[in-house]
Amino acid sequence: MSDDLDRRLIVATQAGLPLVPRPYHALAEQLGVTAGEVMARMNAMLERGTIRRIGAVPNHYAIGYTANGMSVWDVPDERIDELGARIGALDFVTHAYHRPRALPDWPYNLFAMVHGGSREEVLTKVGLIRELLGADCRASDVLFSTKILKKTGLRIAG
Amino acid sequence: MRERPPAAELDAVDRRIVDALQGGFPVCERPYAAAAESLGIAEEELLARLQSLLDRKVLTRFGPMFQIERMGGAFVLAALAVPEADWARVNDAVNAFPEVAHNYRRESDLNTPFNMWFVLATETREGIAEAVRKIEAATGLVVHPFPKLKEYFVEMKLAVRGEALS
Repeated sequence: MSDDLDRRLIVATQAGLPLVPRPYHALAEQLGVTAGEVMARMNAMLERGTIRRIGAVPNHYAIGYTANGMSVWDVPDERIDELGARIGALDFVTHAYHRPRALPDWPYNLFAMVHGGSREEVLTKVGLIRELLGADCRASDVLFSTKILKKTGLRIAG
Repeated sequence: MRERPPAAELDAVDRRIVDALQGGFPVCERPYAAAAESLGIAEEELLARLQSLLDRKVLTRFGPMFQIERMGGAFVLAALAVPEADWARVNDAVNAFPEVAHNYRRESDLNTPFNMWFVLATETREGIAEAVRKIEAATGLVVHPFPKLKEYFVEMKLAVRGEALS
């Protein structure tokens, strides 16, 4: 669990880093601490993995990835870690997860996100995943996003 | 229903910024100056271009990406099967929750009933069950959570596609 200053830093930066020449100094002033303290906390959170990375979060559509397909697969539970690792290593897969099934409506336990410039390109890549899975694929589907309804990211109360 | 913004018009410098700054932004006194130097542009140009990329919604955010699990919180993917006639009401109700970090409409070739997919982000693990309960109460629909049991390693960055504007 993070302490209070970490939490206040998260609240202050979750919508973005200040776009001023000395952003960590601006945060320090806002939070009533020194810039050295802010930078030390940011570095510590990066080291612990509380901050995954600092940088730009692109809108996939705006940078040309106009098709995004969530491919979902029903594979044997005892094989999933080996298969998941191989699918995660494919360069066109941006996320890969083992998730629980929701039977009877949802038999799929392996999720792999595929981005591309068109549905056809995504489907071609999904075909490569299907080939890789071979007989371990018992059922599959691809869900294309047709609209971003919300994309704000994490928002904890200030 | 397909509704998408067109790909944005980006010049070569914008593309370099988006490609190079998806991670590794420094923690130092003048981080924009340091990042600008490695891109071969001036600090004030980088600040102005980042503001423009945000204004044009090419970037949804510029800053730290938190892994809330490391602070005792949770991110959980969840789905709803929303009847078409009730779409607008359910969409407004779901998006009104601050715990809903992202929400996408999805359609599948096999016509899966799960057509609304959102990510819940809460400060505590217990917060997920509470958010699910509140969304079920607000929508009258059953929320299907799909917590990750395991994440497989992937390379996170997406390069800008296509040709730069000259």
